[in-house]
Amino acid sequence: MLALLDGNNFYVSSETVFRPALAGLPVVVLSNNDGCVISRSDAARALGIKMGAPWFKVSHLADSDGLVALSANFPLYGDISDRMMSLAAGLGPAQEIYSIDECFVSLDGIPGDLVDRARRVRARILKWIGIPCCVGIGPTKTLAKLANHIAKNAERKPGSYPAHLAQVCHLGAMPQAELLDLMASTAVGEVWGIGRRIEAQLQEANIRTARDLATADVPTIRQRWGVVLERTVRELQGVACLQLDEQPAPKKEIACTRSFGHPVTTLPELLEAITEFATRAAVKLRDQQSLANQVMVFAHTSPFRSGPRFSRSCVTPLSRPTADTRRLVAAGVAGMRKIYESGYLLSKAGVMLLDLQDDKIEQGALALEPESKDQTVLMGTLDEVNRRYGRGTVTVGSAGTSNKPRGWEMKQARRTPAYTTDWNDLAITRA
Amino acid sequence: MYSAIPTHPVPIDDASISLPMLGLIRAGFPSPAADFAQERIDLIKQLIVHPQATFLMRVRGDSMREEGIFDNDVVIVDRALRPVHGHIVIAVVDGEFTCKVLYQMRGRIKLRAGNPTYPDIVPREGQTLEVWGVVTTAIKTFKT
Repeated sequence: MLALLDGNNFYVSSETVFRPALAGLPVVVLSNNDGCVISRSDAARALGIKMGAPWFKVSHLADSDGLVALSANFPLYGDISDRMMSLAAGLGPAQEIYSIDECFVSLDGIPGDLVDRARRVRARILKWIGIPCCVGIGPTKTLAKLANHIAKNAERKPGSYPAHLAQVCHLGAMPQAELLDLMASTAVGEVWGIGRRIEAQLQEANIRTARDLATADVPTIRQRWGVVLERTVRELQGVACLQLDEQPAPKKEIACTRSFGHPVTTLPELLEAITEFATRAAVKLRDQQSLANQVMVFAHTSPFRSGPRFSRSCVTPLSRPTADTRRLVAAGVAGMRKIYESGYLLSKAGVMLLDLQDDKIEQGALALEPESKDQTVLMGTLDEVNRRYGRGTVTVGSAGTSNKPRGWEMKQARRTPAYTTDWNDLAITRA
Repeated sequence: MYSAIPTHPVPIDDASISLPMLGLIRAGFPSPAADFAQERIDLIKQLIVHPQATFLMRVRGDSMREEGIFDNDVVIVDRALRPVHGHIVIAVVDGEFTCKVLYQMRGRIKLRAGNPTYPDIVPREGQTLEVWGVVTTAIKTFKT
């Protein structure tokens, strides 16, 4: 059994942790350069603001409806994410951090009432950090995603699904008829991995709901749409086709994280892992034709082991959007150097590429040196050199070319302080 | 309270056990220092019990002077602790953070200042008092 845990309206919720006055108000967070909406509070959603809406098209709502707009504060979101993921890891024995606000957790071997366990982890994340979450549980990733969708909508839109499924929904322990009823209330486009184009084709073929898809004729699906959709159908039927660390669709963030086989204690070893993670994430980034604007790194000690605990993360902004492995590795390594401290048995680390954009809309605001698209040959050579001459030989050298944050390039007129990552930006309490 | 301790056995491999390295073993009298091998005190470990739930805030105002919290101090706030009567807490009042002593006796809840010139904050009818976190430590930095 698998759980998918994600933070509701994650960026807006992270802002609300330190600005409780925002609770209940229409709030949006704007992307890089204050361009478009990347997170909405429920009240902002109720105003009809769509994800990705350009700010200039909704800015009139600031005057008419008190809409609050904030510039994205990635250092804050990265830190809050790290705290949330570390608590979410307590759900089960293995975790895949899927994006800044979502993770899959394997529940294999966990005895007892899974719904109760999920509710307690959810309550802990809400109390300890202040982020409301939803948890979906199912026998496959696609069903866990669907369960999460149901949990979220049962809470957000009362009446869309039965109220007792709000916040935590377990699809793996209900009668088949009930499951099919829930699927019948879910549009096929809500199923994980079904994009707009395929949704339109399915609609035409009279496959309108998740139930229609789950009960569709598998050979027909494979013949007309290929094995990817066939896999989705099988997953909806409860046959696990996607393991942890496998995804079907382009993503808004790219994560590459892993638990270490044995605890890591030294910086060179850690930097080597970060280099590898960043390299892999960069390949995924290029595969989906995106560019990243921020690189987050994190490292943890095990939540299951006693001893000194370490849990830190760092977000490094890039001077320009890029998919160049060297730049991404350099930013990741620079971030890890900043947070690393000796004396801890680190059990997990990872790299997350954030604030992604289509590589076709490159902002040539400043004519910096031209950038070649693919550095995989170079990185392959680097790996080969490291293998031949010992670990970290070249990795550490590449760390020297750190990307210094250049705030002046980015327009972030409405950014809140870096409450948790800058001593001079601490939240103020009156006394 | 839910605990993160797993309900199934977690394998421990050799690499996970770390012991301080004390040098080579020699015959004869052991080094008298060996029994006292200690790591240097780590303030973070001492002061932060729940890292995921711990936040720092800067204090503005002098309403908590008698509790030893002054303007410009930094306080360590632990959100994992359950607030009880007598705790110094960060509460949310009218959408803003305020640092006060929690008074919670015989079903009555209010916030008390550590300074007689400040009145108690009593929640109005139907208003809930939201305690954001419990202050465990104040950090004051002197001129150097």
